[in-house]
Amino acid sequence: MAAPVAPARPADLAPIVRFELVKLLTLWRVRIVLLACWLAPAAFIVAVGQQSTLPSDTVFGRWMFATGWAGSLVVLGFASTWALPLLTALVAGDVFAAEDRLGTWRHLVMAVRSPRRIFAAKALASTAVILAMEVGLAVSSIGGGLAVMGDRELVGLDGQLIDPGQSARLVLLAWVCAMVTSLAFAAVGLLGSVALGRSPMGLLLPAVLAFVLQAAQLLPMPAAVRLALPSQGFLAWRGLFSGPPQTGPLLIALVVSVVWVVVVTGLALLVFVRRDFTDVAHDGPGRRSLALGALPVAALTAMSIAVVAVATPSTGSGIDRTKIEGSLAASFAHLYRLQSRELHRPDVTEEQLRTSASCYRAGSPGDDEGAGNDWRCAVSWHIPGATAVGTALYQLDVAAEGRYVADGDGPKEVNGYFQVRTPSGDAANPLWQIDSLVDLSSRSSSKG
Amino acid sequence: MESSAAVRSRSTTKYYGDVVALDGVDLDIPLGQVHGLVGPNGAGKTTLLGLLLGLSVADRGTLEILGSPVRRVLGTPGGVSGFLDGPGLYPSLTARQNLAALAALRGHGAHVTREVEDALEQVGLSDVADDRPRGFSLGMRQRLGLAAALLARPRLLVLDEPSNGLDPAAKRHIHGLLGELAAGGAAVVVSSHHMDDVAALCSEVTLLSNGRVVFSGPVEKLAAESGRLDYRVVTSDPAVARRVVGETPGLELVSAPGGVRAEDDVVVARGPVSAVDELVVRLVGAGVAVRGLGPTVTPLEAAFLALTESGSTLAPLGGPR
Repeated sequence: MAAPVAPARPADLAPIVRFELVKLLTLWRVRIVLLACWLAPAAFIVAVGQQSTLPSDTVFGRWMFATGWAGSLVVLGFASTWALPLLTALVAGDVFAAEDRLGTWRHLVMAVRSPRRIFAAKALASTAVILAMEVGLAVSSIGGGLAVMGDRELVGLDGQLIDPGQSARLVLLAWVCAMVTSLAFAAVGLLGSVALGRSPMGLLLPAVLAFVLQAAQLLPMPAAVRLALPSQGFLAWRGLFSGPPQTGPLLIALVVSVVWVVVVTGLALLVFVRRDFTDVAHDGPGRRSLALGALPVAALTAMSIAVVAVATPSTGSGIDRTKIEGSLAASFAHLYRLQSRELHRPDVTEEQLRTSASCYRAGSPGDDEGAGNDWRCAVSWHIPGATAVGTALYQLDVAAEGRYVADGDGPKEVNGYFQVRTPSGDAANPLWQIDSLVDLSSRSSSKG
Repeated sequence: MESSAAVRSRSTTKYYGDVVALDGVDLDIPLGQVHGLVGPNGAGKTTLLGLLLGLSVADRGTLEILGSPVRRVLGTPGGVSGFLDGPGLYPSLTARQNLAALAALRGHGAHVTREVEDALEQVGLSDVADDRPRGFSLGMRQRLGLAAALLARPRLLVLDEPSNGLDPAAKRHIHGLLGELAAGGAAVVVSSHHMDDVAALCSEVTLLSNGRVVFSGPVEKLAAESGRLDYRVVTSDPAVARRVVGETPGLELVSAPGGVRAEDDVVVARGPVSAVDELVVRLVGAGVAVRGLGPTVTPLEAAFLALTESGSTLAPLGGPR
């Protein structure tokens, strides 16, 4: 005679997470990518060290020979563009769909007896693997950079020299910020994997989203919209290297990322627990995924934009004449001092230099605002002990996300191309080309 | 409440949208029995197996498993295991890793290794324990799936087409294993399209058609529902044999039998067993040697066809699986 038997208890979370980790780490593609993340950045920096030219079009690229910390930031800049979204797609975008492909859902559900715990375990395991890959990128790039280029001062995006200890802290913080943002894309990967099943679109969703957002970032759009996009964290870490640090865009980006992680992961859970595991041919909820996934995500984006628009004082594109003039003047002053040191001239202070800039847009008279490569600036400074005021001209290419490159346009003795001697060897004149950043979230000082 | 029933279903009904997958199913499966579940494609077998495994829940009616009512998804009691639509295996893990992971999920603790080895040995896969299932044949995968189910120490084992891909020796081994489980007090529910497997393995069978139970009872009783069967008769003189078939009361000659390969020395006769007995007597009396005699389909399969009025879902006797 059989006595009634109590319903079986769900499996504990720890063994489920271990199982999910084992499944992920026994996949060759995950192993290869993980290995590449731990080796490729160092190999890249070693390879750059053998070259005579630098990746100057990348932020911090022109300082790669100067310090090892710049190499890690170059890798972070590249990874933020492509690698991090692709890593999330590879791991989180496939973690649920793999069970569909293998036909193992029923087996897993019966063993675990809790779809919620399966979801939690898969989310935790994929996050752990993604973070292991990203930590690999950070460690490898920092280790490679320090080994090849040395632990020296880093030139910030305002031209200020950042000592090695502070550089280490800021570089690590920048990587952490980018990782938090990547988790928002991982959440999108989970949602795609749950909602689209075996469809390749599920796997590609984080990468497609990153591509679409990058394309959108190139377009002129209000700063509030730009700052509220989930990809903003992949750019906002650069504000840490400005003086004073541009914490506004970074904090907004982190909050937006965390909100995306919570909301999109919650949506993925909602879709997952509604699933019927007896349906062999299940290929995602199909058209219902539009209602369950896409519409709430669109609503989340709209709400983020509205909140950022209300919470930040910035209007329009966030780029205007006053901000550029202030930013360029500060960068010029800092780099002038660096140039003086490298040319073995007497040191001067920023207060003595009293640098100022006057800028306008050559292509849009009367509308000195927004991104474009038609910005022209004249920088003036006072030379200590002389009555004359020095003036240097720059042509600026200002990107929509606030980064700009100021290209020296004379006089060539000040901002032309010539070699200077530095502790790490010969380098280009620091005033020749200037990388800097405008804070999109701040209010323009001219507008009070 | 105490019960010796592994499964007790009353008026169980399950819908998928507008489709009625199960329509008022009444079913009793006692412990200590291998029970067959047969029916044409779309009859509701997978849905019923899914309910037994706790993967879904009935929309109406009551279902008790091992004496406990099942009212929610995954609400089945401990001791229920099996597989549906093939075993779920991870190709990147070895056979041993697949089982060890499952055992860990089920909280087997310190005895995981011993139990995994036992399960592998039970299904005859100890020699390939460190191989990955991506290189396994279908039969080996089925056996590994069965080993995974055995890890749960099942009191109700639910298996969907467990004999798929098994060679005759492996099939005999697995049938023996399932028989031992039943003898040990467990209930084994086996879904199959192969009537010879059901006949060899099961003591009782339930036949589903269009979501309804059209028969449930002993296999012999289902076989008796077969009525007139087609018999394949191999003789030394087919011409005389055809004449004798025509002259035998109760028999008719089948000119274009389905499922039987056309052969010169084969005659197919349709009729009851008593008439076939008379045919053999008459053939011998006429000096015709009878070299072979047997139904073109098993009685069970004939009963299946008669009750479901569908002949397209079964493999012919001895034909390809």
